[in-house]
Amino acid sequence: MNPRFTLDLPSDVHQLLAYPFMVNALEAASVVAVMAAVVGWFMVLRGETFAGHTLSMMSFPGAAAAALAGLPLAVGYFAFCGIGAVIIAGAAEVSGPAGQSQRSAIIGTVGAAALAVGYLLLSLYGGVLESLESLLFGSILGVTRGQVLTLTLVAACVLVFVALAGRPLFFASVDGPLARASRVPVRSLAVAFLLVLGLAVAATVQITGVLLVFALLVAPAGIARELTTRIGLSLALSVLLGLLIAWVGLGLSYYTNYSPGFFSTTLAIVMFALARAARRLGRN
Amino acid sequence: MPFSGFLGNAVLAGSCIALASGLIGWFVVLRSQVFAGDALSHVAFTGALAAAAAGLDLRAGLLVATVVVALLLGVLGERARADDVTIGIVLVWTLGLGVFFLDLFNAGTGAADGTIAARTLFGSIFGLTAGEARLAAVLAVGTAGALLAIGRPLLFASIDAPLALASRVPVRALGLAFLVLLGLVAAEATQAVGALLLLGLIAAPAGAAQRLTANPYRGMALATGIALLSMWIGLALSYWISGLPPGSTVTLVAVGFYALTIAI
Repeated sequence: MNPRFTLDLPSDVHQLLAYPFMVNALEAASVVAVMAAVVGWFMVLRGETFAGHTLSMMSFPGAAAAALAGLPLAVGYFAFCGIGAVIIAGAAEVSGPAGQSQRSAIIGTVGAAALAVGYLLLSLYGGVLESLESLLFGSILGVTRGQVLTLTLVAACVLVFVALAGRPLFFASVDGPLARASRVPVRSLAVAFLLVLGLAVAATVQITGVLLVFALLVAPAGIARELTTRIGLSLALSVLLGLLIAWVGLGLSYYTNYSPGFFSTTLAIVMFALARAARRLGRN
Repeated sequence: MPFSGFLGNAVLAGSCIALASGLIGWFVVLRSQVFAGDALSHVAFTGALAAAAAGLDLRAGLLVATVVVALLLGVLGERARADDVTIGIVLVWTLGLGVFFLDLFNAGTGAADGTIAARTLFGSIFGLTAGEARLAAVLAVGTAGALLAIGRPLLFASIDAPLALASRVPVRALGLAFLVLLGLVAAEATQAVGALLLLGLIAAPAGAAQRLTANPYRGMALATGIALLSMWIGLALSYWISGLPPGSTVTLVAVGFYALTIAI
């Protein structure tokens, strides 16, 4: 069957769900989109976008190392993203007098090093150039039931952390000194958040590919931030936008045979540009 | 003669590219614009693939794409310094667009063999012809010269923008010019180490130099020296040990230098 998009939406959805691989992909993408939107919202709030980017790069050598060692790829993803989170947390300590600029140089370098090691390992592994593309840019094929379950479990853990630590984390993110004065453990929260971010990225990468994580991590929160300053509304909006971006990407990819990443990222940037333009207009 | 053929081409192009990357990297780190450099590197990937899908010269696509997006970043971002979220979203969209061109290219050539993606993402410096190497060298040296020409006011504007503005230094125009030069270097460096690894060549030597000295001119010289050394050692490693891709070795040597300066 060659799927064709019609104006009859119920039949389109029916077509979309006709294949088990598509059902798996949609379920996994939905789970990951909700988790990434929530974690990404805090990431944008804390100004740690660059750290999230580096963590996603870390998953690439993770996958390559796991392939080389004959382990499941997911093991590599989680292990390396965890290591990356620890390194970035440590980077804050060693940055010294030059502060901000050293920190960004370290984070950027860690990212490049991660990709270099990943490519080195893949070259040693040999004969992997076809899988390179799906590793980097994701693929809607080949999401298994087991993977959907694992991702759901990870998402549940991440959301429980956010539910428990969300309030102090928000306080610490918005006003660090005041939070510290009120005995909120700002430093441990920062490290814990980086670890959770690593976990979320490692899970998201399995669906979006290493290079397109940001479509689900940064874009929903970035758009929501332009539209509202109310906390609850903004968080809910990010989740909805994340789901929309994931579904539209997968749906269009199914009907056109182009990669979902293209549609997801295009939708994200168009919405971001519109939201920003709307805010600018509203201000004048 | 040891440096003839493809190795000679690689050493010539690589040295000039390392020179430009190290120099501009020092300013990138000073201005905390590593993320912008990263975004431009991703644009390089998309530009190259767009050109490939359209059947045009890869390098032309690279250059046009990085320079246009550098201008866009400058104009979109507030005060010619784009914020992280804007860069992040632009960055992921350019990659998404790159994937689209990759799909187009793969559909056009019939088979998805992945070599073109690998080549643009991780570099192919040993594949340069003599003419390509010379062109890369001239462009890289020209960019470095242009950077030195605006070096003094740029330094002033980077360290204390309000004071520079008060002294009638055109801060905004300098910021834009700097991003355009960064775009040019990104396009050049992509040929050597690939789009995804060029941050290693830009940020790591500069980060190391910044830890070693606070003097700007000594810092620039050190960053350039470390970038050159990384390029040579990386090329040598990749040449002598088969199976090691040059993009990876050059990047890892540069990262090694940086790690060393953090350790001491």
